[in-house]
Parts: sequence; structure tokens; C-alpha cells
Amino acid sequence: MQIIQTDLLCIGAGLAGERVAIEAAENGFSVICLSLVPARRSHSSAAQGGMQAALGNSAMGEGDSPDVHFSDTVKGSDWGADQECSRIFADTAPIAMRQMAFWGVPWNRVVPGEATYYKGGKPFTAFEKPENEGLIHSRSFGGTAKWRTCYTSDGTGHAVLYTLDNRAAQMGVEVHDKTEAIALIHDGDTCMGAIVRCLKTGELRAYLSRATLIATGGYGRIYRESTNAVICDGGGMIIGLDTGVVPFGNPEAVQFHPTGIVPTDILVTEGCRGDGGTLLDVNQYRFMPDYEPEKAELASRDVVSRRMTEHIRKGLGVKGSYGDHLWLDIRHLGEKHISTKLREVQEICESFLGVDPVHQLIPVRPTQHYSMGGVRTNKDGAAYGLKGLFSAGEAACWDMHGFNRLGGNSLAETIVAGMWVGGKVVEFLAGTDTIFKTEAIRAAQQKQEERIKALISGSNGRENVYAVRNAMFDTIMKGAGIFRNGTDLAESVTKLTEILHRARKVGLRSNGLGANGELSLALKIEGMVKLAQCVCYGALQRTESRGAHTREDFPERNDRDWLNRTLATWANSTDDLPTLSYEPATKVFEIPPGERGYGGGKIIPMDNPPTATPKGAKA
Amino acid sequence: MARMLKFNIFRYNPQDPASVPHMQSFSIDETESMTLFIVLNRLREEQDPSLQFDFCCRAGICGACAMVINGRPGLACHTKTKDLPEEITLMPLPIFKLVGDLSVDTGTWFRAMYKKIESWCHTKKVFDPNAIEERMDNDVAEAIYELDRCVECGCCVAACGTALMREDFLGATTLNRVARFILDPRDERTEKEYFDLIGTDEGIFGCMGLLACQDVCPKYLPLQDVLGKLRKKMAFAAVNNILPSFLKQDIKL
Repeated sequence: MQIIQTDLLCIGAGLAGERVAIEAAENGFSVICLSLVPARRSHSSAAQGGMQAALGNSAMGEGDSPDVHFSDTVKGSDWGADQECSRIFADTAPIAMRQMAFWGVPWNRVVPGEATYYKGGKPFTAFEKPENEGLIHSRSFGGTAKWRTCYTSDGTGHAVLYTLDNRAAQMGVEVHDKTEAIALIHDGDTCMGAIVRCLKTGELRAYLSRATLIATGGYGRIYRESTNAVICDGGGMIIGLDTGVVPFGNPEAVQFHPTGIVPTDILVTEGCRGDGGTLLDVNQYRFMPDYEPEKAELASRDVVSRRMTEHIRKGLGVKGSYGDHLWLDIRHLGEKHISTKLREVQEICESFLGVDPVHQLIPVRPTQHYSMGGVRTNKDGAAYGLKGLFSAGEAACWDMHGFNRLGGNSLAETIVAGMWVGGKVVEFLAGTDTIFKTEAIRAAQQKQEERIKALISGSNGRENVYAVRNAMFDTIMKGAGIFRNGTDLAESVTKLTEILHRARKVGLRSNGLGANGELSLALKIEGMVKLAQCVCYGALQRTESRGAHTREDFPERNDRDWLNRTLATWANSTDDLPTLSYEPATKVFEIPPGERGYGGGKIIPMDNPPTATPKGAKA
Repeated sequence: MARMLKFNIFRYNPQDPASVPHMQSFSIDETESMTLFIVLNRLREEQDPSLQFDFCCRAGICGACAMVINGRPGLACHTKTKDLPEEITLMPLPIFKLVGDLSVDTGTWFRAMYKKIESWCHTKKVFDPNAIEERMDNDVAEAIYELDRCVECGCCVAACGTALMREDFLGATTLNRVARFILDPRDERTEKEYFDLIGTDEGIFGCMGLLACQDVCPKYLPLQDVLGKLRKKMAFAAVNNILPSFLKQDIKL
């Protein structure tokens, strides 16, 4: 087996992975990024709307500051966030945006003078200050007090990823694309790299590294209907969970985005509503102000998705051959705005729906979109459980988002956390040496080779991997959708246990040679079912409603008993259920738990509410 | 009445000693709003799990799924079967190295391209984290983004007459990338430096003007305009120093 050694191994070459890689390369360390796809096809490229950072250049962003951004983020998280991380994020975001501008991102800029914007379908005029001409502009996103989302048309993720990958190429960061890390190499104490399958030839390689970063994005593809790219199947969480010691933080915190299109589940950006688009029902009536008089369509995503589902349940959805949906209306924004600022949306509507959004309504429904949960790290991005293992971006539970993340905060997190965690990885690399144990490498290699042999020979069974995946899809959606309850969750947990047993008996129907897709899926199906089980089991145990986790049988947010973070580990790989433990949501309360100001809902307060600690305090 | 579609798909797995390149036929019933993304995944799940192809975003954004669809390069994910006849032939993109069946290695080709043209902003400035950002006219930002929208799918290269004849041809995607940097005031490279990069037969002067690149570009990039202006700009860059002043021209992209 080929062995490749490097200082830093980034598993994932999207925005978070590459941003960490660049930081290390700039400081003279060798870096290799692994990627399932060429780096620029990473799912970061599909992010449309923008990145939140309190630059305050635009008319509607005036008076913004990192403090306001911090406050919006904590409220958005329903107080589930680690406030130290949210603070680091809000303070660093403006610098990270400017650095991306320096490296070449064509951010949209302030055009001085009177400008017409839309709110809730109605036009209004704002005056963009001449002294801010040419600075980075911002648009409105949900759950924010100010217009704060920096954007490049509606191709922000694409534009930022292309610039960042240019920078990575300049710095000599190697990207080994079409490769997949299928196991971490570790001895229960230290991570030493990964066993990697080449997706061009099918061969296995060992990558040895002093520091290893998991930046593989989310686990949306354990759901059938997801806005995520097909590669977002939780590969990074799976190899973390497989170690038995690295916890999966808040698996049950799964976000549903209000505007996935029907069918195909492709996302149309929150920028549609941020720029003044509205949601309509079967009677083409704008219903959101009835539920959320203040924020209407621009409440946080968990709230809007719940309200849409409530409205559909009242029978006011539009019937279609793919189930009920609602309408997104951006017609009033006009052709010029749509063809420049919402261009990708227009292309998606035309290509996949045959709908021209300048003149027609867009069919939408809430769709799985984002994973707040992930590899649990400390505020430096160092994973719990193994030395030398780090995580950043959507793959990580860092945890600035808690139980609901705001639109524009995740794309920003990738480069902000990438910058921050990158700095910590550099400190680690400068001060730490690792012993690469050949025993651990050989054990990891043999285990993976045996798994592949067993799958090809069918020695464990001949379960069809696609049938197992379909069973998982049905089960997770029944239990852990937008609204959850104890009965359905308990049923899902029981079923997922059976499905897990089937997953362990998968065998291939093809010969498994080369870059075989059936083998790729078969190698991770057991892990995917385990992730699904973490989501459902974590959601079953959490007897409260917080952010995106909504229990119909426990509608209150229960700060007395549940102001905490779930930590799921899979202690023995043959276990049927994860082992759950809990830790306080945050050690520091700059903002003690309170009302979000949208979404309604009752709160069971803490027995001894904390007093606010000073701004920027550390635990 | 739902159609029964016939797919002829190129098959070859270089990692399987028993495999030889051949065409294989599949039949599949057409469903509402069917795309090639749906077709290929169904074929793999229901008929032949060894079938290799690439998808990623499946939303026409990432460029992963380019292939030759009835003789024309395009993105499979946003190709609807209702726009195609009953018999459909799928081939991998030419020029790029074959991974297997419909899957090709675009990553290696594009990464080599970034190195060749040094695809990044060249500047002597150093980033100052305490300073506000440098100003830019919004129109300039939008013009850069217009060209930055390329998704590196490889369709323009696969459809290019020159690229098929000489493997060192940079291709429309690369020339468009250079144009993007020429437009960007943050890139301090001079016209002469750009000329040294692309003022050759591998570069802009290798283009025969067939312009299939623009015809097949799934992002509708204005490649005809870009290549035309770039050629004129580079032609003048070559001769401006010997032309009398009244004939010199600085061509704007």
C-alpha cells in the first residue's frame, strides 16, 4: 500500500478545508487536501445567498456591529450555541470578508444614491451613502436586525470557493481529488491520518499526518429529500464516530430550509425572501404575517419552515403530484433584479421547473438543508477524544449555531472558522510531534481491506445496499422531520436498529473493481444508518423544543433541564445504539437565555438563571 | 402515454482486466420531470450497479456531470428527457482522462491549468487585517463575476476543434479565466505578462473561431465576445510597440 506523509491532512476541500489548508501552507507546513470531487465542485460552491459579517456599509446595515451580529446568532440558535464560539465568529467575520476581497472575490459593492428595495413584497427607498461607495454591500437575510449578508449575485459560495482555491493553488496546497477517507488511523489516543480509497482506481492508500482536519460538510444525504449535494452523506462524521471516542455533537439539530423547489429539492436562496420575496398559499394569499407579524417571511428558518408546515396542515397548501407545496413569489422584484442578483435562481427555475420566476410563481416546501450537529470540537476546533484531530465548517459542531443557524452564517463560518482553526492548527503543528505507529497503520489498513473483501465476496450477506438506504430514508423522515413526537421517534429507533442489522449484511451485486459506486456506498451504509440512529435517538431523548428540534409532545423550550448539548459516541462498533452524554450548551453567558422575539413558544426557565458575563469573556 | 426510453451508454472499466470498451443498451420508462440524473441513478440502482458516472450538486451549479449527450457535451443533471428523442446515446467527455464509463478526470486537467496561467490575483500588496477593504466599482465587480461564473465542467474543451487536435491548447475556459483577471484591478500583471501567457498558438491564436465553446456552455458565458476581444487585445499587444502612435490601440475587454 502506498503511504503518503504530510504535516496537515484536510479531509474535504470545500471552503472550510481549504481555508485551514491555506493558513498552514502560508506558515510553511505541507498540506494535502482530500476531496471526493475536484475541489471547486465541493458543496460550498452551491451556496447562493451570501455570508454574514457586520461591515455596516449598506444603508440598511447602518449601525451594525459584531455585537448585534453576535446577539442575532445566539437568538437564532435558541440559546443552544457555545457563546464563546459565536463571539469569536462575529468579531472575526468582517476581517475574513475583507481578506476574501483582497484575494479576489467580486463582492457586490455599494452604489451610492437612492435605491429601491423590497420588504414583504412592498417597495421602499433607501439612501446609500456616497462615502461608502465601492465598499462591500449587504442584503437582508432571516433572523437579523440589520442587513448584513455580503454577496456576489446569488453565486456567493461559487465565487468565494473559486477565489480560495486560486489562493490554495498559489500557496502550493495539494488537492488529491476523487479520493475518499474511509477510516481514521488512530490508537485511541492520537490521530495519525487516514486510510483513503482512490475514486479513480479503487486502490487504498495510507495518509500519515501530524494534524488531521475533518471538513467534509454535513450529513443531509441521510435524508432522501435534501437540498444537499449527493456527496454530503456524513463521511466525516462516520469516520469520527467509528473511532468510538470522538463524539458527534447535537446530531438531532437538523435544519429544514423553507424554500426547496418541488420536485427535485434543489434550493432557491433565502436571498429571494431577503430581497423582498413573499410566500403564498393555495389562494395566493400571503400568510406569514398572520403567524409572524414582526419578521414575516424573514423569521429564522426553523420558524418559517414550521409555520409553512402548519399552514399546509390546515389544508391551505397547493396540491401537486409530489405532495402539497406553497408558492414563493419574487415577480415584483422585476426582471433586472432577478437576472442580476438572483440569476442562479432564475436558471434553476427555468432548467428544472420550466418556470420563469419573473412572471410565474415558484413551487416550494421546507426541505432538509443543514446539519448544525457534527464532530464536536472545542473552541480551537480540536475534536474531543483524539489528539491531532480537528474539524471545521458544517462538519464540525464548533458550535456557534446551536439548534438553528441563521442564513448566511454557515457560509461565513467556513472561512471564519477556517481562519481561526487554521491558526490553532498552525500552533499545534509548530509545537507538537507525533509518533506514527506502524501497528495502528497496519491494523487500520487490514480492517478496511477485509471490509472490502467481505462486501465483494458477500461473506456477510447479500443485502442490497440501495434497498437498505431506502429503508433508512423512509424511517428517518418519519421520526426526525420538521415536527417530531415520542411515538414516531421510538418507532424509528426500533426500525433503524433492524436496518442497521441489515446494513451489516450488505453484499455487492457488481464486481467492485475500480471506482465502483456500489462499493463506495456499501462501505459507508452502516455508518450512515448509525448517523440516522444518532439523529433519531438524540431527538427521542431530548424532551423539549429548541430551534429546529420541535417536539409536538414537548412544545416548551426547557432551559431548566435541556440547556445542553448532546454528545453521541458509538462505543463499540457492534452496539445497536449510540451512547449519549450531555454537556452545558455554553460555559459563558454574554446573553442569558431569553425570548427570541419570533416563533412564539413557551420557555421553562432555568432554576438559577445566570447573570450576563462581560462582552468577550472566556470560560 | 409514457415513453420507453432506450439508452446506449459507453462502458469501459480500465481497472477491470476483463473489461473492453463497448456500448451497452438499457431501457427505462420515462417519468414526469425526468432528468438524466434520475435516469442514471435508477439504472445503477435497478439494472447495473457497476455503472460509473459523476454527479455532485445535481442543480447545474458544480459542473461535475458533463458528458456527451446525443453527440453534444452538456450537463446531465439539468438535461430533461422530454427534450430528447426516445433513443439517447451517452458518451464520456473526450480529451479528459477516462475514469470509467461516463466518469472522467477533470480535476487533473484544471489544476494543471491553474498552474500554467497562475490563476490567482498577482499583487505586491500585503493584506492588512485592520484596514477597510479597497473600494471597487460595483459594475467592475459584476463584470468580473460574469466571467467568474464558469463551473469548469469541461464542455467547452470537449467541443473545441483545436483542443481535439492539440492537447496543449488552453481552451476557452482557460482563456476566459485570463480575461477575468485582466478585468480585475487587483491583479497587477501587465499586458506583456498576459501576452507571454496566452499570446501563442497554445493560447488565443490557436482558436480557430469555430465557437462551439459558446454553443455548449451550460452557464451561457459570453465566450465568443471574450475570445474575440482577447485575440484583438493580444494582437495589438504584439504590434503596438512598432505601430505609429495613431494606430496603437488599447483594447478593453
